[in-house]
Amino acid sequence: MNTKGTKMNTKATKMDTKATKSRGRSWLSLLSLFVIFVSSFVIFVSAFQAPQRIVSLVPAVTEMLFAIGAGPQVVAVSSYDREPPEVRTLPRVGALLDPDVERILSIRPDLVITYGSQTDLQQQLERASIALFDYRHAGLADITSTIRRLGGVTGHAAQAERTAGSIEDRLAEVRAKAAAGLRPRTLLVFGRERGALRNIYASGGRGFLHDMLEAAGGINVFADVARESVQATTELVLARAPDVILEVRSADIESDAEASREAQSWSPLASVPAVRNRRVMVLTGQGLTVPGPRVAEVVERMFQALRRTP
Amino acid sequence: MSLRRRLVFVTGAFGLVPLVVLLWAPTVGSTPVSLARAFDRRIPWADNVDAQIFFVARLPRVLAGSLIGAALAAAGVVLQAMLRNPLATPFTLGVSAGAALGAMLAIAWRLDVGAVGVSSVPIASFLGSLVAMAIVYGLASSQRRGLSTNVLLLAGVTLNSFFSALILFVQYLADFAESYRTVRWLMGDLDIGSYRPILAALPFTVAAFAVFAILPRALNLLTMGEDVAASRGVDVGRAQRWAFFSASLATGAAVSLGGPVGFIGIVVPHLVRLMVGSDHRVVLPAATLFGAAFLVMCDVLARTVMAPVEVPVGVITALIGGPFFLWLLVRQS
Repeated sequence: MNTKGTKMNTKATKMDTKATKSRGRSWLSLLSLFVIFVSSFVIFVSAFQAPQRIVSLVPAVTEMLFAIGAGPQVVAVSSYDREPPEVRTLPRVGALLDPDVERILSIRPDLVITYGSQTDLQQQLERASIALFDYRHAGLADITSTIRRLGGVTGHAAQAERTAGSIEDRLAEVRAKAAAGLRPRTLLVFGRERGALRNIYASGGRGFLHDMLEAAGGINVFADVARESVQATTELVLARAPDVILEVRSADIESDAEASREAQSWSPLASVPAVRNRRVMVLTGQGLTVPGPRVAEVVERMFQALRRTP
Repeated sequence: MSLRRRLVFVTGAFGLVPLVVLLWAPTVGSTPVSLARAFDRRIPWADNVDAQIFFVARLPRVLAGSLIGAALAAAGVVLQAMLRNPLATPFTLGVSAGAALGAMLAIAWRLDVGAVGVSSVPIASFLGSLVAMAIVYGLASSQRRGLSTNVLLLAGVTLNSFFSALILFVQYLADFAESYRTVRWLMGDLDIGSYRPILAALPFTVAAFAVFAILPRALNLLTMGEDVAASRGVDVGRAQRWAFFSASLATGAAVSLGGPVGFIGIVVPHLVRLMVGSDHRVVLPAATLFGAAFLVMCDVLARTVMAPVEVPVGVITALIGGPFFLWLLVRQS
């Protein structure tokens, strides 16, 4: 019995040591798992850590970055950036056609926002292993999707979602209001020689300007032209006979008096309903043609201008 | 055939072409227009779309096209004869580059100083052509012995590239929208949307053509060399001065009106010479008439080929003028 017990005891002790051993091993494996997990988390985080030194060569994207709270991460901008006011003190590193690669590299960015056509610059930056964010102007929907994409990349996903959501809400509100009323056939002009009917550039049926006009409740008279811009000759304007002529002139018109004088330039085309009914509207102000976070504001102004009766 | 009869015959034949083209061109375009409605006085002007398309959109550009085509072709004939260089064009002597620089500056600086119903760009462009003309003339006449055509040519060509460099610089510094507008201006555009710019350019063109009218005999002799011309009683210096100023004035007025529409100033003169010979008394009026018809035809193509999108008229003149000229050249030789 005793012997048996001893035997059993021995067995138990054996089993005990086995258990201790296996427990120790499982601890070890747990620890190693933990180490692997932690280290991979560190690697993961460090690899996908939000960029802290962003160079933006696209003014519209710069505005988006500031709107989603990534402004403090922006260290340099393009020579055409004006908005928001914070960018005015930032270093300039060239623009679409003349990016200054040396200056960009010397700033040691960890993310550079480039325009789709800057392929040479993109190759150079890739060789320097700098992360890129490629951007191209497209439609109205691409503005909010770009804002969301930027939020993900810069670590401001929540605020980007809020910004994009609020733009979409405001646009939906304008669309709903516009749907209730008449939709005037509109010529959307974004460039023209001052005081003359020459070099008239209007929005074609593609791109964010066209989308903005449609959202504001206008029907683009050049919706059938599958281009972003149309050089509208006087004949085309007469033939398309828009109900409203909406001019968005960002930079070159300062005062209201000037704006109304510019609206007068259209008077030779007397048979155009917009001219006859004095529905030529000149919208002035900075950034009217920037596909950035202020787009909802511009669409609201367009909506009001289309509604205005003389 | 006597000269008088030949002149009557050639101008008659060459006059018929622009006449037909000028009558036909305003009736075609990107939109069908009812002529009956356009000329119906009973319909109020403000309601008559057809009349407005005809009179506001098409007629000014047809008239501008004929004026520019005539001026550039005639200036080409005069300069080729005066410089005794078949490659000379109205754009060789730097006048058009000066005009272009003026226009570029007006666009890039957003100048807003219109006058007599003409906007700032054509005015600045015409002033630019006058400045270029003065510089080239000043350089060429600085030597004691009259006007040197060699210096004229070299100064013109150099000024051309100098101004071109300045144009590139202005374009580079300009904002994006402006720099596109400057590029577009350089392609030539006849859609002027009003008669005022034509009326403004008309006095200068008429003055230039008045001088052209007395030049042909001197040009005939000048093509044989300055010494021959002098021995036949031509005041060489004076003839060259008149030729230079009139051709430059015509070019400046034409370019400020419609931009530097290329190829007309070289293709039309040669084309006409291949058809009627080299007597400038015949070539000059024939080239004037043919130039007018040619540019108006090119503009008809420009506004209909891809309608409603318009092709820059300078692209059409080069695309048609180049191969046609080469074909004629090969056929002749």
